[in-house]
Amino acid sequence: MYQYDWSVISRNMDVFIEGALKTLEISAISILLAIPIGILFGLGRISKNKIVFIISSAYIEIMRGVPLLVLLIWIFYVLGQFFSLGSYWGSIAGLSLFAGAFIAEIVRSGIQGVPKGQMEAARSLGMSHTKAMVHIILPQAFRRVLPPLASQFIMLIKDSSLISVIAASELTLAAKNLVATSFRSIEVWTFVALIYFIMTFSLSLIIRYFEKRLLKGEA
Amino acid sequence: MITIKNVNKSFGDHHVLTDVSLEVPKSNVIALIGPSGAGKSTLIRTINALEPVDNGEITVDGISIHDKKTDINVARTNIGFVFQSFNLFPFLTALENVTMAPIKVKGMSKEEAEKRGKELLASLGLADKFDAYPNRLSGGQQQRVAIARALAMDPQVMLFDEPTSALDPEMVTEVLDAIRKLAKDGMTMVVVTHEMGFAKEICDEIVFMAEGKIVERAAPSKFFTNPDTQRAQDFLSKVLNH
Repeated sequence: MYQYDWSVISRNMDVFIEGALKTLEISAISILLAIPIGILFGLGRISKNKIVFIISSAYIEIMRGVPLLVLLIWIFYVLGQFFSLGSYWGSIAGLSLFAGAFIAEIVRSGIQGVPKGQMEAARSLGMSHTKAMVHIILPQAFRRVLPPLASQFIMLIKDSSLISVIAASELTLAAKNLVATSFRSIEVWTFVALIYFIMTFSLSLIIRYFEKRLLKGEA
Repeated sequence: MITIKNVNKSFGDHHVLTDVSLEVPKSNVIALIGPSGAGKSTLIRTINALEPVDNGEITVDGISIHDKKTDINVARTNIGFVFQSFNLFPFLTALENVTMAPIKVKGMSKEEAEKRGKELLASLGLADKFDAYPNRLSGGQQQRVAIARALAMDPQVMLFDEPTSALDPEMVTEVLDAIRKLAKDGMTMVVVTHEMGFAKEICDEIVFMAEGKIVERAAPSKFFTNPDTQRAQDFLSKVLNH
């Protein structure tokens, strides 16, 4: 019978906290980079310029067609030949490029979801296509994409556990190492799962609150 | 003020406008009426290039609208357009809707744009609605904000594409009153409408369209009592019997 010893948790609380903070840090940086990447390629996906369209579509299809695990390993080892990528920045590069593709699709559907009449009204007032996009269309598109965008951030926090395979220090790697030294696999992994859950659930509550405030002006 | 010359337009195989020509002198008000599918909305949308034309020429205040060399954004600052479905910007208040274009397109200062915007909204009976979001406004109020928004750019021409068709009957009057006032103030206007009484009252000329062509043009008094063409007579007999 497995003998439970939950004291391994209390004795190593600092390890867990540090790991959780690192996870949040890496996830936050990645999502902040992924958003402009996603906007860029999302706009490229609906561009009338053939070259821009093809490049954007190719990027999105590749990122969505390759498993994140493989992508992270690829970026770390293959790209690491040309640039000196530590596991920290290698993880961030992999995570942000990966999430960027999904955000691109979210941005595209957000933009295309804005009613056609909005662009017509903006143009009728003398706004150029660019001004209309910046002042009228994108603000509405962004409000529309907030729920799926928030989900992407939460998914990123969970996906970040994969960067442990390229030895990036974050929560999952910390857990692996602790299990290796303490042999308390059930206790440690249970507690780690709980930490991930607390992080993602708290975030979804916070996001729900801000969504309500931001959308107060609309039906 | 507006010249439309031999305009043709097709959507694929469907010929929507056939050789349409029309002149709207300054300060005149034209009502475009006719059955559905006649091309009235398409025609009014070609005036500010919301729809391109296959051939023909349209000039507004001396500017050729469909000429490739024309800066259409500049031309459009002189043409106000009011949509059937209002198309207010939902994430902006009424005042912000009205001041957006003067600030971002004309480079007006926020203070000046707001001063002018408040005057316009107040003149349209919306003095207590400056900070209201569109989803808090009735249809009639939204359309009046839309009119203020178009007027804020100080256009020489106002185009109305069925401005009251999406409104509950009780709210039609308040919008028609607003348009009536503009007509009295000498604005050059083209109004696509089904409101025959309104058309008769404020327009200098009725332009009756059917199947993509202008079938008859006449002063309201003549058109509604004694139209020349059979097509116009058929239309009126169906429409005036409610």
